[in-house]
Amino acid sequence: MENSVGIVEKQFYTFAEPPRQITLESGATLGPVTIAYETYGTLSEKKDNAILIAHAFSGDSHVAGHYASDKEGDKPGWWDFLVGPGKGIDTNKYFVICPNILGSCMGSTGPSSINPETGKPYGLKFPMMTIGDMVVTQKILIDHLGIKRLRAVVGGSVGGMQVQEWCVKYPEAVQAAIPIATTMRHSALAIAFNEIARQSIISDPNWNKGDYYGSQPPKMGLAVARMVGHVTYLSDEAMRRKFGRRLQNKETLSYGFDGDFQVESYLRHQGSKFVDRFDANSLLYITKAADYFDVVDLMNRPVTKQLSDKKIKYLVVSFSSDWLYPTYQAKELVQALKRRGEDVSFCEIEADCGHDAFLIADERFISLIRGFINGIS
Amino acid sequence: MVSPDPAAIRFDLSIISAEIPEGSRVLDLGCGNGDLLAWLTANKGVRGTGIEHDKAKAAYCIARGLTVLQGDLNEEVRDYPDCCFDYVILSQTLQQVFEPAALLYSLARIGRKVIVSFPNFSHYANRLQLFFKGIAPKSDNLPYSWYDTPNIRVITIRDFKKFSRDVGYNITKEILINTNPANSDGHVVHNFTNLRATYGIYIIEKVRR
Repeated sequence: MENSVGIVEKQFYTFAEPPRQITLESGATLGPVTIAYETYGTLSEKKDNAILIAHAFSGDSHVAGHYASDKEGDKPGWWDFLVGPGKGIDTNKYFVICPNILGSCMGSTGPSSINPETGKPYGLKFPMMTIGDMVVTQKILIDHLGIKRLRAVVGGSVGGMQVQEWCVKYPEAVQAAIPIATTMRHSALAIAFNEIARQSIISDPNWNKGDYYGSQPPKMGLAVARMVGHVTYLSDEAMRRKFGRRLQNKETLSYGFDGDFQVESYLRHQGSKFVDRFDANSLLYITKAADYFDVVDLMNRPVTKQLSDKKIKYLVVSFSSDWLYPTYQAKELVQALKRRGEDVSFCEIEADCGHDAFLIADERFISLIRGFINGIS
Repeated sequence: MVSPDPAAIRFDLSIISAEIPEGSRVLDLGCGNGDLLAWLTANKGVRGTGIEHDKAKAAYCIARGLTVLQGDLNEEVRDYPDCCFDYVILSQTLQQVFEPAALLYSLARIGRKVIVSFPNFSHYANRLQLFFKGIAPKSDNLPYSWYDTPNIRVITIRDFKKFSRDVGYNITKEILINTNPANSDGHVVHNFTNLRATYGIYIIEKVRR
């Protein structure tokens, strides 16, 4: 494919081997820790052209390109429209890194990984980790790659939370930050939907208090959790346009529960597709980490003197129809940054596809990111 | 790395930019496509921020490397700490502001100096239209009809000076200009200014005790 990064490979970095485990924010220790990651482009000699992409809650390290094992028709990475040679984040210029988050099931250590103490998957023995813990492990990876300062940290949704966490935890290691479609902390609405998703899994008898590895996983609970999530990523307008009240493969109503409407069939499809690639316990841990995330106080704290010369350049982006993390929440972040005298740009992009807009190719979004990144100096 | 086109700056903006010292911190309200900010950044090394309501224009500014906030200028100015800018520029926007006194109060709080420019409604061409034709004036500077104009405030040079005095600002500099229809060129007007100037440009600051 034209402008593609081509064939890419998932890489792994393992650290914190016992007895040198890392201590998490909760006080619990964890080790060894493996972080799966992918890189695109070439790291410059000065190691000053690295851009870290933080993925959203159910995402993975596969930002762009294809795996050698991909079959004909397999989709490229999730931000392939934005990342590649000559694209918005130009891999001819920048070295792009995307780590899979701690707690996930896409190669990094999470509840489905083997607990070295028992030789069995962690399940609920996996310690509760936070967005901050995810970023700590990403910093260890960056240090391992020999990168002192990232040209930019970019991410949408839960990825945008990681971007903010990078800025409060390691401001000296961040030149520019692009939090997209995100919030400084979850609203009650966002927590509510996450709780419905979690309870759906927990109430599936197959969940078995998180101990289902090697037996039947809680497929139904996980599928329903995904269905709820999916609704929050769309918008009234997008759903009207996409489905309306159209019927799925039938002319008349069935007067039953088999599913008549296209929207029902779409959600069922999304749910069952998700079950094949995601771990139910990972969903529990990551949604909880997102609910715990709160940088309001840290973002409102004045910048320390020694950092004021090396200010982070911010670009905050929101989408007009995002009702999960609405524009007013992005603006609260902008306000906090303005009050402490940060260099912050903000733009709301008019889009009717809801929270998911950041995952949909849009020339306005691409040129915004391209121009901002090229303007970092 | 800002991509400016230094040649293509409007005449009134070139007058304003001449007043801004090297390296100033500048806030440009209603910055449009960011031409003034880009020029100031490239030629005067200012640390500039713009506010622009139009989403496409704000995105254009950010994509050219400028620091710009998309939003309503009346709201956006509230969040800044006192005196965090050396110059706040309100170029050709005052006549569209619903509460000019409240806005100027905010601007004088966040900036040490405020540069305000506006079209002079008492220019003789406007007066002639009103006097001889009996119609609301329309011109190259004021191209709108009464029913579709965004210019909800009718300001003249004399009105603005009185307003500044009444609400407690010192006018530290007054530049009155007459521009060609495209506003690409013009000259400074010294006599019969309220009749002959198409635009008034003022540098004001708060009377500080």
